[in-house]
Amino acid sequence: MSDFLKIQGLQARIDADGTPKDILKGLDLEVPKGEIHAIMGPNGSGKSTLSYVLAGRDDYEVTGGSATFKGQDLLALDPEERAALGLFLAFQSPVELPGVNNANFLRTAVNAVRRARGEAELDAVAFLKAVRAETKHLSMSDDMLKRAVNVGFSGGEKKRNEVLQMRLLQPSFAILDETDSGLDIDALRIVAEGVNSLRSPNFSALVITHHQRLLDYIVPDRVHVMAHGRIIHSGGPDIAKTLEKQGYTQFLEAAA
Amino acid sequence: MPAVTETRETVEKLAKSSYEWGFETDIEMDIAPKGLNEDTVRLISQRKGEPQWMLDWRLKAFRAWLEMEEPTWAHIHYPPIDYQDAHYFAQPKKKPGPKSLEEVDPELLRTYAKLGIPLHEQALLAGVEGAEERLPIAVDAVFDSVSVATTFRKTLAEAGVIFCPISDAIREHPELVQKYLGTVVPVADNFFGALNSAVFTDGSFVYIPEGVRCPMELSTYFRINARNTGQFERTLIIAEDRATVSYLEGCTAPQRDENQLHAAVVELIAMEDASIKYSTVQNWYPGDDEGRGGIYNFVTKRGICRGARSKISWTQVETGSAITWKYPSCVLAGEGSVGEFYSVAVTNNHQQADTGTKMIHLAPNTRSTIIAKTISAGKSDSTYRGLVRMQPKARNARNFTQCDSLLIGDQCGAHTVPYIESRNMTARVEHEATTSKISEDELFYCRSRGLSEEDAVGLIVNGFCREVLKELPMEFAVEAQKLLQISLEGSVG
Ligand SMILES: Nc1ncnc2c1ncn2[C@@H]1O[C@H](COP(=O)(O)OP(=O)(O)O)[C@@H](O)[C@H]1O
Ligand SMILES: [Mg+2]
Repeated sequence: MSDFLKIQGLQARIDADGTPKDILKGLDLEVPKGEIHAIMGPNGSGKSTLSYVLAGRDDYEVTGGSATFKGQDLLALDPEERAALGLFLAFQSPVELPGVNNANFLRTAVNAVRRARGEAELDAVAFLKAVRAETKHLSMSDDMLKRAVNVGFSGGEKKRNEVLQMRLLQPSFAILDETDSGLDIDALRIVAEGVNSLRSPNFSALVITHHQRLLDYIVPDRVHVMAHGRIIHSGGPDIAKTLEKQGYTQFLEAAA
Repeated sequence: MPAVTETRETVEKLAKSSYEWGFETDIEMDIAPKGLNEDTVRLISQRKGEPQWMLDWRLKAFRAWLEMEEPTWAHIHYPPIDYQDAHYFAQPKKKPGPKSLEEVDPELLRTYAKLGIPLHEQALLAGVEGAEERLPIAVDAVFDSVSVATTFRKTLAEAGVIFCPISDAIREHPELVQKYLGTVVPVADNFFGALNSAVFTDGSFVYIPEGVRCPMELSTYFRINARNTGQFERTLIIAEDRATVSYLEGCTAPQRDENQLHAAVVELIAMEDASIKYSTVQNWYPGDDEGRGGIYNFVTKRGICRGARSKISWTQVETGSAITWKYPSCVLAGEGSVGEFYSVAVTNNHQQADTGTKMIHLAPNTRSTIIAKTISAGKSDSTYRGLVRMQPKARNARNFTQCDSLLIGDQCGAHTVPYIESRNMTARVEHEATTSKISEDELFYCRSRGLSEEDAVGLIVNGFCREVLKELPMEFAVEAQKLLQISLEGSVG
């Protein structure tokens, strides 16, 4: 199935203090089932915007193009419907939820998604068992389950918490927006392992990163270069190495 | 047979007969004519089989009330209340209610269903006519089932605890009632308090003897005949030296009542090293989306820490009523005594709430804590009004106040009105206040994890209220969380 995630001519803008600002300017991208793709691109090229638009954040206005996921019009769905359909976004800046117990948040989310997918909800015991297994894998302390969601978490803890959520929600398509930023090499390895172990013919991912380093651990099937709201070049994993050495200039010039 | 018991049994018989043959027969026997005058007060006292001193007390309150003016300082608006256009004694209260569930506000029924209340109880809570005869398993049958009630009373009696309707206490423990009633909220304290003193007909009496830790949480659920919370409730709780008690009031199921005006008075008295914890979940019918038909709730709640190191703690979750006017207070008279107020007030649609607390520090080394969370949604309006007063003798007294408001949408209002009066240089008062909105970021984050918008709001709101909810007894806290979410349904998006 080649049109697992299919984006065509996608355009989106944001209202920046009253003046509309176009950010995505006709973006094309396909990620087939079972593949992991990477997106690299300079700051401000619209990578986070793309991930937000795919996840359904409604302060971005889609002004053209289309995005389908598993054959459905993704852009017509509410964020929670997209989650139920199997889409997951690991945020570049995870949001803090003061007073909301992390374990309770995770369980509410897991059960909401399970309900929507027609699966049985997990009771407290089953949930705790599942979550403990994952936290151990990710070298997270149990203490993080008792604290408020992301509140007072270090940068690395927040990212691990994103990966924990991803693993518990069992998506078929994960977008990781700079999940590697701010991680030391050990944390990076743990996070990469968290993604790699999900690899299967039924799991795809879009890994947004600045660093070749992450792609040493999560080897992508394809790499896309993004600039000015568009994919300007696509190729094999080697492009990442070229970028690391030579920067974006040659791609930008070629595209101009 | 003593005259009082006989009167009581007669009244009970009449009450029963009106249920059996429909409320229209014998109606004059059960409902006093509309209007409020000295005769009404006398009638109430007589029907309740009260001693002379109680009648005198009521009359004093009534005469004081006549001289008083309805307060207007609160940030609430409502059409004038006609105090002559109401019945002040009705036993059982029977005015035409909805004829069937079909006539009940469907919103209300939907809420019952969400709370998981069975249909026959829904009818009962909504005050559907005849629901009680037709549906034998009533709320009190569930909660006050004979076995539960019996074990319950036996355990309490063994501990020496008195827990009974206040009318029973007036007859059976007159020395205690006479000694304490009106000592914390005097008859002429305020307009609604005076009205209550003159005409109250229901309520609880609790007495915990010296050194006794009450063996269970006392809940109005378990009070016999507590199915209909009265229009004018009067509650009196006394904890003697080193006694401890936790009292739960209210019910998470939205309660309907044919009486729009409610004016309760609660008095708490804590002696040396005693501790009283009073928790409320208030969920009176707030009216329809336009605010029609909701309850007006004017409450006077006050506790006095009389003894050294005593403690009074108020925790409240207020989600119901069209209008709430309520300031549970603590008078800290014992050296080193402690007052606490933890509150969540939620308003939605056209609800109005003016609520808060008063901490009156009279003695040295007294401490008080105020945590008030206000949530406003829809077109509602909510005010926190809090007074902290440090009297000249309150050496080294401390208060910490934190008021947080959460706004949902942009048509609601939240106001914080702190009054701080310090007459002692060594006393410290700390006040923190925040106002915030549920951010798009928070909502989107939750929804991207599969939560519906309403679940997301519920989760965020419960997080916002956590410091207060954790003060509630466990089961109450779980119900209160559900309730908060339901109260805010449809308020976003
Ligand atoms: N809420 C916003 N208001 C105004 N400008 C925004 C907003 N979100 C993104 N932008 C702008 O859109 C562009 C793309 O941002 P982003 O998608 O975060 O890029 P990237 O993730 O590739 O660094 C940037 O110029 C950024 O400043
Ligand atoms: Mg970004």
